[in-house]
Amino acid sequence: MSDISQQLREQILQARAGATKLDIRGGASKRFMGREPQGEALEVGRHRGIVSYEPVELVLTARAGTPLEEIVAALDEQGQMLSFEPPCFGGNATLGGTLACNQSGPGRPWGGSVRDQVLGIRLINGLGEELRFGGQVMKNVAGYDVSRLQAGAMGTLGLITEVSLKVLPKPGETLTLVTETSMAEAVRLMNERAGQPKPLSAACWHDGRLYLRLSGARSAVDATVRQWGGELLENDVAFWRELRDQRLGFFDGDAPLWRFSLRSSAEPLPLEGDWLIDWGGAQRWYRGDADRARLDALAAEAGGQVSLFRGGDRSGEVMPAQAPALRLIQQRLKRAFDPDGLFNPGRLYSWM
Amino acid sequence: MSNLNNSTKAQLAERFRRFIDPEYVISDDETLRPYECDGLSMYCEMPMLVVLPETVEQVQEVLRICHREQVPVVARGAGTGLCAGAMPHAEGVVLSLAKFNRILEIDPLARSARVQPGVRNLAISEEAAAFGLYYGPDPSSQIACTIGGNVAENSGGVHCLKYGLTVHNILGVEMVTVEGERVQIGGEGLDSAGMDLLALMTGSEGLLGIVTEVRVKLLPTPERARVVMAGFDNVQTAGDAVGGIIAAGIIPGGLEMMDTHAIQAAEDFARAGYPRDARALLLCEVDGTAEEVQEHIETVETLFAQLGATSVRTSHDEAERALLWKGRKSAFPAVGRISPDYYCMDGTIPRGKLAQVLTEMDRMAERVGLRVANVFHAGDGNLHPLILFDANVPGEFEKTEELGGKILELCVEVGGCITGEHGVGVEKLRQMPVQFSDQELRQFNAIKDAFDPQGTLNPGKGVPTLRRCQEYRSIEANPEAVGA
Ligand SMILES: Cc1cc2nc3c(=O)[nH]c(=O)nc-3n(C[C@H](O)[C@H](O)[C@H](O)COP(=O)(O)OP(=O)(O)OC[C@H]3O[C@@H](n4cnc5c(N)ncnc54)[C@H](O)[C@@H]3O)c2cc1C
Repeated sequence: MSDISQQLREQILQARAGATKLDIRGGASKRFMGREPQGEALEVGRHRGIVSYEPVELVLTARAGTPLEEIVAALDEQGQMLSFEPPCFGGNATLGGTLACNQSGPGRPWGGSVRDQVLGIRLINGLGEELRFGGQVMKNVAGYDVSRLQAGAMGTLGLITEVSLKVLPKPGETLTLVTETSMAEAVRLMNERAGQPKPLSAACWHDGRLYLRLSGARSAVDATVRQWGGELLENDVAFWRELRDQRLGFFDGDAPLWRFSLRSSAEPLPLEGDWLIDWGGAQRWYRGDADRARLDALAAEAGGQVSLFRGGDRSGEVMPAQAPALRLIQQRLKRAFDPDGLFNPGRLYSWM
Repeated sequence: MSNLNNSTKAQLAERFRRFIDPEYVISDDETLRPYECDGLSMYCEMPMLVVLPETVEQVQEVLRICHREQVPVVARGAGTGLCAGAMPHAEGVVLSLAKFNRILEIDPLARSARVQPGVRNLAISEEAAAFGLYYGPDPSSQIACTIGGNVAENSGGVHCLKYGLTVHNILGVEMVTVEGERVQIGGEGLDSAGMDLLALMTGSEGLLGIVTEVRVKLLPTPERARVVMAGFDNVQTAGDAVGGIIAAGIIPGGLEMMDTHAIQAAEDFARAGYPRDARALLLCEVDGTAEEVQEHIETVETLFAQLGATSVRTSHDEAERALLWKGRKSAFPAVGRISPDYYCMDGTIPRGKLAQVLTEMDRMAERVGLRVANVFHAGDGNLHPLILFDANVPGEFEKTEELGGKILELCVEVGGCITGEHGVGVEKLRQMPVQFSDQELRQFNAIKDAFDPQGTLNPGKGVPTLRRCQEYRSIEANPEAVGA
């Protein structure tokens, strides 16, 4: 539990004076993500601790280096949770990194993403200025939404030092139904069922099995189980946790791991290989070497995009190409926050 | 308007008429008049021109010309905004998106709709109803306001505690930049790589680009919804009861509070059976599957009784539910009947501070001889104090505005913010430096520069320039100096 923001700010100011580049590290759980890290380590992991937590207000504020596990444990005591189920990636994931990398787990389509639940942040920009955006209240539309802008920026806009989040009560009951089915049929079923007013809270398909998780009032969950049918999955908590943290067998090995973010109802893509479908069809994992241009074209057809999530060549671009106008806007935004290009150079794109 | 401006105006109108239906390039005072303000009619300004393009190409061309000539452009949806965000610029063009009123596609399986920006919020839900779906955010103005305006303001509604604001319910937008370039932000998936530009655009008040298409998420219509109404004999007890519901693990579909003035006005207007003698009234709507609603309604009723409600009533059918909501929904017009004018504020506070803020607000109002009625999105801490005044009494509007400003400052003081859903526009520019430091405001201005270096998109709104902040601060510090 300590506040080292002044120390962090000093290091940023020094880096600026010495034209040093900085490599922001929280728990170092996501080093595999993005392009190869460069620069001097800016360690935010010791800047940790829950600053305030008001269960009745549904708001928690913690320093960026706080491990997710610590936050989850504190919420658990009050019967609350992070509805976006962030991956802990081996236990070291921190709150700041989770927001910077926009990481959310299986519940994301229903419980929202980390970006959805963020209410405010503190950030040190490239000038070493300590800034506060958003707040600790549910609604705030004063000024631009700088807090949510960070989601996916991978630290390129500044050092997030504190995050306030909306938290939610845990559901009364959670059960998981499993049925054997093909990928195409699973995609259809996931989407059809998500269109019904039932307490669906996660939907995943892998290896011929469709997993539907139901969470909510006990009576509602039980009634839906009866209606939809299927086998109840034993120890389902472990299954969803392993999916969340990418510890299912599917994620083993060194083969490149591609992540598609698509229209949830898109037909299975015509690519041979191993697939895992999550987020009710909107997030699809694919293992295998493949021609980037072909993957991009298929993703575009399905209303989305593809990135090289883990493995493969990380010296080239791993994120999907940006349209020229969007690239320009992001470069200008980068300059607006970090004119000297101190933070995480080249981590998101070679040109940033 | 000077002669120079008159000739610019004529030339510009002439150029627009080359590619926009001449009828939709408005330049005469009489037809311009209806555009002089938005829903906050105390602020008005006549525009130089109004254009109503019908295609995105026309929007692009308007922007290209205005960019080259450095003419301000103010986007306009339905003009229901409550912060003078759509108020015209005297030397600028109002770009109305009114002709973009088509729902382009509904994808029932993927639960999304692609719509033009001028589509009315409610029209989306009406169209989606055929598939058992609806669009979540439901501002009270939903019959009239447009989805483009909703994106620009990040609008909320009665149901946003559970279903989120606009930012949580859109997947992508197509936008035209100040230079006239068409770009796609987001898509059909739940996220895209890089900085979250979609979030940045949401709530940006027309300062960063013109939204020309929106892809919204659709939600399955809940099987059932029921509402519990509870009266309380003091505000603190009611506020605590809200906390009690949440502590019990229930996130209601809607959770609204009204104070005495609002209860009485609403009851006189809607005859919904509200307890006229209550000091605070809560409306708690629970929605979901039939079983869930049954389970949660029982909990809510019991909790309210335990937590000191003086009366509890639950809707038994749709008619009764509609009736109980009718009072709340008509609260604004109802208050309009008990006072010649009212001014609607929009601060957000931590819920726990409710009683403190209401008490302090009453005290402040009393000091200046005004009354305040309160309707309140209690679930998410968003206050709507309605300051009652009479615009025909000289000086009363100024007094009202000043009280409004003080109320917003109070919200910031207790850890809240100056606007929960209505936006800053022109109206709250003065309070921005209360909530933000100069460095933070400079960062906002740098963001604006990244999109619009010449500052021609909706100038003078949303974020004050630092020079103006210094003026505001010195006035605050030394009110006598301005001789007001
Ligand atoms: C009776 C009443 C009740 C209300 N209730 C609520 C409520 O419950 N919740 C809530 O959040 N708000 C509420 N409002 C406020 C208002 O309705 C919302 O802010 C709404 O989103 C404005 O939409 P509009 O189409 O009228 O936008 P306008 O007023 O026309 O414009 C609003 C802003 O958006 C910009 N803009 C409009 N269209 C575009 C576009 N296509 N691209 C870029 N910028 C654009 C404008 O420049 C302006 O800054 C209420 C208003 C009234 C009058």
